[in-house]
Amino acid sequence: MTFQIDKNGFYGEFGGAFVPEMLFGNVEELQNRYLSIMEEADFQKEFQALLKDYVGRPSPLYFAKRLSKKYQAKIYLKREDLNHTGAHKINNTIGQILLAMRLGKTRIIAETGAGQHGVATATVCALMGMECIVYMGEVDIARQAPNVSRMRMLGAKVVPALSGSRTLKDATNEAIRDWIANPVNTHYIIGSVVGPHPYPDMVARFQSVISEEMKWQLKEQTGSENPDMIIACVGGGSNAAGAYYHYLDETSTRLVAVEAAGLGIHSGHSAATSVLGSKGIIHGQRTILMQTDDGQIVEPYSISAGLDYPGIGPMHAHLIDKGRAEVVNATDQEALDAAFELTRLEGIIPALETAHAFAALPKLKYNPRDVIVINLSGRGDKDLATYVKHLPDGE
Amino acid sequence: MENRIDQLFANKKSGILNLYFTAGYPSLQDTAHIIKSADQAGVDMMEIGIPYSDPLADGPTIQASGTKALENGMSLKLLFEQLTDIRSFTKMPLLLMGYLNQLMQFGIDDFIAQCKTVGIDGLILPDLPIDIYESEYKVKLEAANMHVIFLITPQTTEARIRKIDALSRGFIYMVSSASITGAKKDISSTQVDYFERIKNMNLKNARLIGFGISNKETFDTACAHAQGAIIGSAFIKALTNAVGDLEGIVHQFVAEVKGKTEK
Ligand SMILES: Cc1ncc(COP(=O)(O)O)c(C=O)c1O
Repeated sequence: MTFQIDKNGFYGEFGGAFVPEMLFGNVEELQNRYLSIMEEADFQKEFQALLKDYVGRPSPLYFAKRLSKKYQAKIYLKREDLNHTGAHKINNTIGQILLAMRLGKTRIIAETGAGQHGVATATVCALMGMECIVYMGEVDIARQAPNVSRMRMLGAKVVPALSGSRTLKDATNEAIRDWIANPVNTHYIIGSVVGPHPYPDMVARFQSVISEEMKWQLKEQTGSENPDMIIACVGGGSNAAGAYYHYLDETSTRLVAVEAAGLGIHSGHSAATSVLGSKGIIHGQRTILMQTDDGQIVEPYSISAGLDYPGIGPMHAHLIDKGRAEVVNATDQEALDAAFELTRLEGIIPALETAHAFAALPKLKYNPRDVIVINLSGRGDKDLATYVKHLPDGE
Repeated sequence: MENRIDQLFANKKSGILNLYFTAGYPSLQDTAHIIKSADQAGVDMMEIGIPYSDPLADGPTIQASGTKALENGMSLKLLFEQLTDIRSFTKMPLLLMGYLNQLMQFGIDDFIAQCKTVGIDGLILPDLPIDIYESEYKVKLEAANMHVIFLITPQTTEARIRKIDALSRGFIYMVSSASITGAKKDISSTQVDYFERIKNMNLKNARLIGFGISNKETFDTACAHAQGAIIGSAFIKALTNAVGDLEGIVHQFVAEVKGKTEK
């Protein structure tokens, strides 16, 4: 079995490019050119140099001693939070801006939920002197204020998405509509492994640097390249895709995807897509998504603005469908508790999205000798207002 | 029976007016009433929009009408119920316009069966790619004599237009410019060049121009370069601003658009 896309851009039955004719040309151009551009020596040279000197890669693999003691396993943290701009998102935006330049594009659009992808896009646009427009749900603009300020400081125009639930899904709709209206000069930098083919595969490849580094770092620190388990939170699934990528065929490594259960999976306020979802089409891809019997896409909920996406990337839909990845859920409260625990045990404040990955630890079965890697996808500076509101009693 | 879309294009070569509206808007029970009024007012064909939560190809006007229709309680199941008697009072070709996800959830076989029962002649599904149509839907839809209408845009290459022409039945939907749906004031000379370029390709299918057609001027311009045009957002706006009876509003809108085009 393969966990990569086929020639039509499908992972099994998931994926593809279900786009209106207005986008066909743009999407086709990307499909035809992304791999050859990524393979160019000059592209690789520039990409690798920026990852090293600008992003600060390789990101450390850190053995979390006190967390390991508490959970009785050997827990390593892949420190994507230490990247420039504070999350894994920049791996992808560096790659896509270099690609956009080679496609002759002069204007960049992006969607953002937590604002991390928006900041990472605004950053690379500033770096390359490109016009940048970021669509962000009105609700998210309010709850991720620090990132909105950062994007403005970086020179991006932040446009509120006012339709639907006014969160990530609607910001994505608005970005796609912008692209329809500006097909010639604009490149759309999607922030996760979602959207029409080739985005899921392209973004996964740009993020695959995470597991590429994990391999030699684990070898150095444990003597073996392969951990027993990799845990990552899943919104659209880009940090998870990057952390899994070079282990997809190493079936002795368990892949754990953590979804946001909001106020509880069946509370009606949740983003637990793989449990609540069914097959359908969203943002140009066939995947698993949350919808009504009438085929209307449901507005998801999570305390974390980067996880309340009603779908999951087609690669993850396929991995879950084939039993290659296992899904765990974490509620708002469990994520908050996990964030406080990590902060007090290791002195690391995670992003709220990332906190969901840590909340999986008490729910999983493993052996004390197991090596577990948690992908620490981002830092929590942007979430301080939420954390302070929920500080444990008496503090 | 011959498809009503084909009948229309066989009998009428120019000035064809296709009106789009969103089912369940402005009020839940308006669907049949709007179709009936449009028929009496001399509209040639109608596109019934199935309201959708995430209409990617639509601008603010149609989005808002869809949101309202969903709030009103519209669903695909209810729409088919509302259309049960439609063929007792109109012979106009009727198309359903929606997004592929809605069909997937309804189930394609049930969907086709319902379309046949109520008398739907064609479908417009902007996010159905032609290769998926060919591999997954074509056989069933052609067997049911349901025409699928594909879009072309100013960016569509000649080779692809030929391919779409070969695959299409009924007509080709020419998107007037690189845009989502929405009423615009006028048509530029670049757009006219594109209309002429396509006209000169001598396609086997008829062409209707849509997106941005809003009034008599833009309708006439479109009709000068194609067999007719499709009006959506401008009609929805007329329904939105409507005070008084729906029938009168529909008649007035059609009269204004057609003006002297209809001799
Ligand atoms: C730190 C962090 N982790 C995870 C995510 C979720 O996205 P993905 O599932 O694509 O990694 C986000 C999204 O904003 C994020 O900011």
